[in-house]
Amino acid sequence: VREVARRQLSSLFSLQALIRKLFFAPALILIVFFVIFPILQTFYISFFSPSGEFVGLNNYVYVLGQKEIVNVEDVPRGLSQPYGLGALLHNMIWISIHLPLSLFSGLILALILRRVKGASIIKSVVFLGMVTPMIVGGIILRFTFDKNVGIVNGLLRLLGLEYLTRSWMAYPESTLFALIFGSVWLWTGFSMIVYSAGLTTIPEEYYEAAKIDGASPFQMFFRITLPLLKPMTITVVTMTLLWELKIFDIVYAGAGASGGPGGAANVLALQMWNWAFQAFRFNRAATVATILTALTLAVTIWMTRYMVKR
Amino acid sequence: MKVKKSTVMINILAWSIALLWTFPFLGVLMTSIRPYREVLFGWWDFTEFHPSLSNYVEAWNHPHVPLGMGIRNSFLVAIPSTLIPLFVAALAAYGFARFSLPIKNYIFTVIVLMMSVPQQMVAVPLFQILNRFGLVDNYIGLILVHSAWGLAWIILFMRNFFLTLPVEVEEAAKVDGASDFEIFYKIVLPMSFPALASVAVLQFMWVWNDFFLALIVIQGTENLLATQRIPLMRGEFFVDWSVLSAASILVMMVPVLVYALLQKYYIRGMIGWTLKG
Repeated sequence: VREVARRQLSSLFSLQALIRKLFFAPALILIVFFVIFPILQTFYISFFSPSGEFVGLNNYVYVLGQKEIVNVEDVPRGLSQPYGLGALLHNMIWISIHLPLSLFSGLILALILRRVKGASIIKSVVFLGMVTPMIVGGIILRFTFDKNVGIVNGLLRLLGLEYLTRSWMAYPESTLFALIFGSVWLWTGFSMIVYSAGLTTIPEEYYEAAKIDGASPFQMFFRITLPLLKPMTITVVTMTLLWELKIFDIVYAGAGASGGPGGAANVLALQMWNWAFQAFRFNRAATVATILTALTLAVTIWMTRYMVKR
Repeated sequence: MKVKKSTVMINILAWSIALLWTFPFLGVLMTSIRPYREVLFGWWDFTEFHPSLSNYVEAWNHPHVPLGMGIRNSFLVAIPSTLIPLFVAALAAYGFARFSLPIKNYIFTVIVLMMSVPQQMVAVPLFQILNRFGLVDNYIGLILVHSAWGLAWIILFMRNFFLTLPVEVEEAAKVDGASDFEIFYKIVLPMSFPALASVAVLQFMWVWNDFFLALIVIQGTENLLATQRIPLMRGEFFVDWSVLSAASILVMMVPVLVYALLQKYYIRGMIGWTLKG
């Protein structure tokens, strides 16, 4: 027994074992320095006051009570009150509109394009939004919603809705929605590509068999297509949720560094940056970052648990 | 052969959607090749039409934030930020795929979780670390940060790829006395070209398109990257859409070209990254 233990010990410190550890060393060093340590540090300072006192959850209570984050004082006035509804609620509004819209448009496009000539060209066009730098995406949205040069107002004028025309990014009640609908345009390519890839994995025989059994196209869609696309749906939902929570560039470029007029389109990531690098309130910013990370981790854990179950 | 009516309808529908989808891009493109006074009432107004590239020249040599310089800077950052994590991660991923490690599964969970953490979570300490080493406003600092951030997903992606490679070749080489490292760079890396290409395409685009990390690390006007210059070209009260749209086209041109030329690798990377991850 002692002989076996000795051999194990020596192999652990053998040259080969050492070289094998070197495979991980560069990656480990970079990750520890620039990812793990900063994450822990941010988490840590979110429990301290600027002067270095431990304050427990006080920062969290304080931050969640700030109008920049949650503003429910005058809900009927909604986004047109100063700070809008607060960054946290803006992120939630973003999710509740953008997630279903981009998911379904991507799915519908993927389904339609199976029977279209030149589908790969159309796919490339729709996917262009995913390749565009989001900072440019934000500028394009501002342009598209501009009062004079933008096509949105051009179309409204064409439809005789002259009274609706305006620079959408300049008014608190419309900035957030213009950004959200614009970001559907930018992001739909993602769900389209994932669903398209998913559709090619469904064997044609399933549909033929269903047709012989007299199934209607709707039955085939809900009984065959949709259930078999479930892993793709999970992927799209997860990635889209993470994207919506982390949203930053589009708001910065489209609405401005302070989150649009009166902060009406402010989001968590942007508020974190403003507190950290404009106001130099690091503890407050760290608290926002930790809240944001808690949300993204919840999404990821939900996904991995689903994937493991499968 | 008679074409079904529904097929015709669906083709028309799909192509109209595609046309509608291009409008925002088309608008920016149209505005970028025309003087601003011609598009004051919409880029679709063609009463006067004098296309030229002068907006591009103006954006390239912008008086405050010349975009030409920004594009050069972005390349200086994006190329090393693609190559470094590519090799560092491939090395580690190979280790994960082939060597037995006691805490392997545990590390793996950490990597998956790391992929979902927003950059805001590291911004402040990162700035402080770089500041301590004099790497703020320094490309080396930004390159290291980008490399570290790319590692998590590249390791995951490359490990999944390595697991699909047959072990027999490597075992044969081992019998012939090749070391782990020799096997890795003489046998495994050359076989991994498609996966490495996918990773390179995706990583390059992410670094090129990044704005947040650059915003934190790079501050000197001369050093600003391409994406950082875009919002600075938008005036506070008056927006010269012609120059701004030319600048936008220039900055997005690079990833669009990469995508157009290397679409196969991009899509494969995207699908592999999301579905297997």
